[in-house]
Amino acid sequence: MDQVVEFLVSAAILVGGVFALVGSIGLARLPDFYLRLHGPTKASTLGVGGTILASLLFFSWQERALQLQEVLIALFLFITAPVSAHMLAKAAMHRDLKRREDTRGRPWKQ
Amino acid sequence: MMSRLLPFPMLSLLLWLSWLLLNGFSWGHGLLGLVLAVVLPLGTRPFWPNVPRLRDFPKLVRFVLVVHWDIITANVVVARLILGSPRKLRPAFVELPLELTDDFAITLLASTISLTPGTVSADVSEDRRTLLIHALDMDDEAELVAQIKQRYERPLKEIFEC
Amino acid sequence: MLAIALPIGFGLIVLALLLNLYRLLRGPTLPDRALALDTMYINAIALIVLYGIATDGKLYFEAGMLIALIGFVSTVAVAKYMTRGDIIE
Repeated sequence: MDQVVEFLVSAAILVGGVFALVGSIGLARLPDFYLRLHGPTKASTLGVGGTILASLLFFSWQERALQLQEVLIALFLFITAPVSAHMLAKAAMHRDLKRREDTRGRPWKQ
Repeated sequence: MMSRLLPFPMLSLLLWLSWLLLNGFSWGHGLLGLVLAVVLPLGTRPFWPNVPRLRDFPKLVRFVLVVHWDIITANVVVARLILGSPRKLRPAFVELPLELTDDFAITLLASTISLTPGTVSADVSEDRRTLLIHALDMDDEAELVAQIKQRYERPLKEIFEC
Repeated sequence: MLAIALPIGFGLIVLALLLNLYRLLRGPTLPDRALALDTMYINAIALIVLYGIATDGKLYFEAGMLIALIGFVSTVAVAKYMTRGDIIE
């Protein structure tokens, strides 16, 4: 396999994996729900983005033609991730979840 | 005539492109996709809210590029915050007064805020004048608000006429 | 090089999934569990895409797409249920 492509695919896989892991670490260790919300919405989306980029490069190289199907998954996730985060944040405010004492400002009553 | 047949040209273009991406590029699928791209927006027209006219296409491209760049840098920043000590985080709820009036533009702004540095949009007020944002690590409220306004809201305001 | 990167990638994402599982079981609140599930399906897509590269199969793309669609709809449904106590009003 072509060295350069193989290197790029490997790099994309590793970057994607690391970001997916970081997002999940945030989910597991941050102290309150609103803070936990930050990890998955950003890092996990980029994590999938990385693996999808890898798959894109890999298959395009193999078939000697641009394979763009995977972009649809990434596009879909980029559109939906903020929406689900928004809905979950609303649900959390509705239930008046505990937040860390030093949080400035206050959530709205639902 | 044209606007009768294609009420949402951008939506039609997107549908056509996604159809081709899903099924591969060929003449047959190009034609079938074209039919779907015309029929689907016509059929779903009553369900769509008022989508504002796109005024400035080059600015939209620039905006998309800026947002993608910010997503990448945001991830590095957030990764560092997550892996660092949680005690050092300075979480806050911030209210952002909105200048945008259009629902679609506000949705875009809220999504952009959720995807970029340490901020998640949590709620929009009933009268569409304020956006509630939760920040992972906020230094100064005025600075954050000014930054979001300057970097995302102003371009959006210029892209859509509202 | 790919032979090394792929197992590492699998390892990273499996570890991420385990952390999601921990949050799912631990809670402590319902929105936390919903968020854990939301993250889990996103990571599962990454896993499937990687598996597609490893086995050189293009069919896995469809599976990933389906999980993305179903995952989003279920997260929204659960979130809506938690705010309104009803999914369809």
